[in-house]
Amino acid sequence: MTVTSEAGTRDAEPGEPPKRRRRGRPELESAQNRLGFYLIVPAIIMLLIVIGYPVVRAVVMSFQKDPGLDPSTGLFVSGGFAGFSNYVHWIFQRCGDVKCPPGTLGSQFWPSMSATIFFTVASVTIEVVLGMWMALVMSRAFRGRGLLRASVLVPWAIPTAVTAKLWFFIFAFEGIANSLLHTEILWTGSKWPARIAVVVADVWKTTPFIALLILAGLQIIPGDVYEAAKVDGATAWQRFTRITLPLVRPALLVAILFRTLDVLRIFDLPYILTGGANGTTTLSILVVNQIRQGFNSAAALSTITFLFIFLVAFLFVKFLGANVVQTQQSQQKGAR
Amino acid sequence: MASTTTVEPGRAGAATRGRTRTAPRGATAAKVRSYIGIVLIVLFCLAPFYWMIVTSFRDVGYTFDNTPWPTHVTLDNYRTVFDTSLGNHFARALVNSAIIGVCTTILAVLFGVFAAYALARLDFRGKFVVLGVVLGASMFPGVALLTPLFQLFTNIGWFGTYQALIIPDISFALPLTIYVLTAFFAEMPWELEQAALVDGASPGQAFRKVILPLTAPGLFTTAILAFIAAWNEFLLASQLSSDKTQPVTVAIAGFTGSQPHQEPYTAIMAAGTVVTVPLVILVLILQRRIVAGLTAGGVKG
Repeated sequence: MTVTSEAGTRDAEPGEPPKRRRRGRPELESAQNRLGFYLIVPAIIMLLIVIGYPVVRAVVMSFQKDPGLDPSTGLFVSGGFAGFSNYVHWIFQRCGDVKCPPGTLGSQFWPSMSATIFFTVASVTIEVVLGMWMALVMSRAFRGRGLLRASVLVPWAIPTAVTAKLWFFIFAFEGIANSLLHTEILWTGSKWPARIAVVVADVWKTTPFIALLILAGLQIIPGDVYEAAKVDGATAWQRFTRITLPLVRPALLVAILFRTLDVLRIFDLPYILTGGANGTTTLSILVVNQIRQGFNSAAALSTITFLFIFLVAFLFVKFLGANVVQTQQSQQKGAR
Repeated sequence: MASTTTVEPGRAGAATRGRTRTAPRGATAAKVRSYIGIVLIVLFCLAPFYWMIVTSFRDVGYTFDNTPWPTHVTLDNYRTVFDTSLGNHFARALVNSAIIGVCTTILAVLFGVFAAYALARLDFRGKFVVLGVVLGASMFPGVALLTPLFQLFTNIGWFGTYQALIIPDISFALPLTIYVLTAFFAEMPWELEQAALVDGASPGQAFRKVILPLTAPGLFTTAILAFIAAWNEFLLASQLSSDKTQPVTVAIAGFTGSQPHQEPYTAIMAAGTVVTVPLVILVLILQRRIVAGLTAGGVKG
């Protein structure tokens, strides 16, 4: 029988005397608390080491001055407390007392913010629409389900670094893209073609994954709902907008949330495909470029990036009500 | 599957007409549309992959031949990939990726298995907080870890070592493992554990002797997912590895050809094929389980 964690204890044969029911005998409950604690602690400690420590350390670093020449006095400073100056440096693009000159990393904060947001909006929109269509095709495929599932997993399994190189080749000047489109575009040579190339590569790599997530959501919709709607004379379009969309909404929102947070930290694809040139420098690329020029300033930028992504996730859950934990658990039943 | 064949049969117009006039013709139209859809999806997913393989077997002089089928077939590119005279150490990078991937996977599964068991089977205070933390951790941007780790590893002389590559990978492999395993554990037959408990086994014994053997397939799938995630990692490895420890993703991104400023496309496609094909075969063998694990753990695309 397929049961989720909470359902498991509740569904266990009702007539049976309660052996280890939830909220049963208090000593058993505290035993569960204790065992749960011991089992969880190693993983939590591990996460604290690999995530918690670096995050706290990054915040501490972001309030320290980078050693170097102070642009306003021309004297060497060896560090020390910086206040919010590293944050001011990025957000107001200030280098010392002046505006950061074009070409410096300091002047690239808002351009890379807008590139990141562009990639996120463009990729996620296309991926969700295309993914929805793919999921619908897959859900009503009479035959070839195995073939579909197999081919859909291929782009997902290929390392992003390889994907980037592959599309770099496809978008080469003499490459297959120009040859098929009968164009002579220098894809990685100017802003919009370069951005389009990155979006296309990202869409290819992750749409199938979105489709799988949506498909899992589609499969928990009971078929008789559609039968009833058909009997009542609903058109196919009505059935899609009135039944499929509302019922698949939780799964859809989770897919959109995952992908949004994923593209906001995008690095591999633009870094390898375009080298971050021509308006494809994302926030993550900017952090990496900054690291060798000053840790503390990079730490401030990575903290900004982290807070930005956190804010997006928060707004998502708050206003769209994407209940990740719950949807995950109900999908586990639908997935197989 | 009754529920799935009835889902949304097609775009409005044709399906409606088919239903009101002759049902069989509508069904045929739906079938045709379905097949066209399948063909389009398969083409979309496989065409670029196919192009990589075709190019990898093409003579470097005909790099931009652009014929859709194999022409000027040669194995030279594969020789170039493993040739170290141009400063590429691809074979070493493959070994490095394997070491990093296996160590990351073992650590993640080792720590994840207990947490997942607790999350799936026990009711304890703070369970949903832990679930939220784990999910939040899997959304975490890698760059936020990079700067402090870069400085720390430089200071303690770990820069470019294997542990400096394995430890950061835990940050995404462990949440992934916990999530997927929690899903698998939640599916286990409860009754067997109950029976063991009735027979006098302790909860710990019930876990070791009953549940663990039953979860072996789930553990294996989870391990594969964690391994693929570690194998595909690029951001952290590109900054924290040295020439000696760099994994394949970094090696491919920095692959150099015989001429400066000229991208050795065919060799790179061969390298990509070497890295990808074993992974794809593995994924195809385990596709059912991987799809189940992916949609449950739905992270790291």
